[in-house]
Amino acid sequence: MGHETHVHIVPYRVFVRVWLLLLVLTGILVATSTLWHEALSVWAMLIVTPLKAGLVLFYFMHLNYEKPYLRALVFLTLGVLTLFIGILFFDILDR
Amino acid sequence: MSYLTEGRRKGIRSWILSTDHKRIGVLYLVSMVSLFFIAVLIGVLMRIEQLTIETPMFEPQTYNAFFTVHGVIMIFMFVLPGLPAVFGNFFLPIMIGAKDVSFPRLNLLSWYFFIAGTGLVVASLFTGAGPPDTGWTFYAPFSLTSGTNVSLGVFGAFVLGFSSILTGLNFITTIHRLRAPGMKWHRMPLFAWSLYGTAWIQVLATPIIGITLLLVIAERLFGIGVFDPAKGGDPLLYQHLFWIYSHPAVYIMILPAMGAITEIIPTFARKTIFGYKAIAYSSLAIAFLGSLVWGHHMFTSGMSEKANLVFSLLTFIVAVPSAIKVFNWTATLYKGSIEVRPPMLYALTFVFLFAIGGLTGLMQGALAVNVQLHDTYFIVGHFHYVMFGGTGMGFFAALLYWFPKMFGKTYNEKIAVFAWVPIFIGFNMLYFAMLVLGYMGMPRRYFTHLPQYRTGHIIASIGGFILAVGLVMFFANLVVALKRGRKAEQNPWGGVTLEWKIPTPPPLENFSIIPRIDDRPYRFNPEGS
Repeated sequence: MGHETHVHIVPYRVFVRVWLLLLVLTGILVATSTLWHEALSVWAMLIVTPLKAGLVLFYFMHLNYEKPYLRALVFLTLGVLTLFIGILFFDILDR
Repeated sequence: MSYLTEGRRKGIRSWILSTDHKRIGVLYLVSMVSLFFIAVLIGVLMRIEQLTIETPMFEPQTYNAFFTVHGVIMIFMFVLPGLPAVFGNFFLPIMIGAKDVSFPRLNLLSWYFFIAGTGLVVASLFTGAGPPDTGWTFYAPFSLTSGTNVSLGVFGAFVLGFSSILTGLNFITTIHRLRAPGMKWHRMPLFAWSLYGTAWIQVLATPIIGITLLLVIAERLFGIGVFDPAKGGDPLLYQHLFWIYSHPAVYIMILPAMGAITEIIPTFARKTIFGYKAIAYSSLAIAFLGSLVWGHHMFTSGMSEKANLVFSLLTFIVAVPSAIKVFNWTATLYKGSIEVRPPMLYALTFVFLFAIGGLTGLMQGALAVNVQLHDTYFIVGHFHYVMFGGTGMGFFAALLYWFPKMFGKTYNEKIAVFAWVPIFIGFNMLYFAMLVLGYMGMPRRYFTHLPQYRTGHIIASIGGFILAVGLVMFFANLVVALKRGRKAEQNPWGGVTLEWKIPTPPPLENFSIIPRIDDRPYRFNPEGS
């Protein structure tokens, strides 16, 4: 069989570090929602949540070790979804 | 030996359990053409209703069910799966030099989803409180309150969506991973490019309609109040979500038809395609820009003025890549050695009718005109020019072009041309009359009409009957050819893409040796003679 044997062995410590970072980011989110003004928690959510999702995609789902074009395709998909939602605001903000 | 005779199984099981992309393509063809004729019949019944308004043949509620079912079948079960499911499945792997699609079992599963969705929609007609009466758009809040069998019909459409997504996924992977050695992106036939653009829309946009339809069901069953204004919901949100999918869906329908036309025109002009890269990238541009113009279905809905302006502008922009294709086809014909055989005749008809459909679409992109024409017969005329004159005619042209290769039989070319006459005349009588009626103010979806629209309706109805006769002639010719047609040659039209370089009908795995591609496609006289 001529299939590719292109496997990345990621050390456990990488996963542990990413997991700890995710916990810290979650802690930040919880803190901003309870400690400060509620508007801040929305901004924290908008900034921190994509960061967390990115960490999961890149390390736990191995996107970091894929070819650039596959990475591009994932972000193209997310970009289109963001664009759809963004255009909706031309209506919703001014109605 | 061909794919029609080889295989482990015999009889019906050799078809419904086959993972061969060609057999699956034929399965789609048979299912879709059968459904197409059911919807044509319903269309004819609607035209009879408009002829008999003094003593109506059908109840108004029956008429509501007619246009809903006609729309659902034609859109979700014919033009949407249309060319990708039949010709994409059959020819994409062959054209890129592969033995099958990337996921053959998933491919068969897609067909089962298609049949299951169809079954659910058909079941919705005969069970519960009668067929859905909402129109194919299932607009809220009416679809939330209608006493008819909307939930089951909507669920059927949801299941059909899975078929579309999985087919799209399969095609993207196939094009990325299974191109023959040497077939770089710019050596790929343009039909494959159009399928690539289409597949991305299928994968990205279809889940949105899936969730939206589920929300309609949840709202009907549990009253969750997302779309129902009485519960604080937003019915315009439904329209947004519906059209975020359903406008790009128009490009799912038309792009592969454009791809097929791009194959046919160079073959019958004996000339390489003009503007290969422009056509390839315009497919992607159409797929992308076409995904951003959904709001032009909502200009009169109460959407904000700013949104109206933005969507109007975007709508005009999407006309540019569409026009690029039309200009490139025309330029390909210029100084070509044109031979108008049946596939070419239907392909040229596509260009003519699609141009009318496209230009009437641009008219509605203008906000002021749209307010006048919204929800009139003008819209009905326009989208039939695009979907039937465009996708439908593209489907017929593709069928005539690839039929000998698919089944190894030749059809009667004279009858194919003869059938074109009633199709072309009937089509234009029916739909051009609708454009005029709409301009005069005839609203769509009414079971009856005022006296001033009488003449237009008579012309449209007679045109509809002529068209139906032409369609029967067209398909009868092909059915007869299947039974009694002469054996087809390997390359009856002198095509130069890979499908014409393998035996007719193709063998089970297409190629005994995967070819090596050293040149761009559409080279009709590589010696420069």
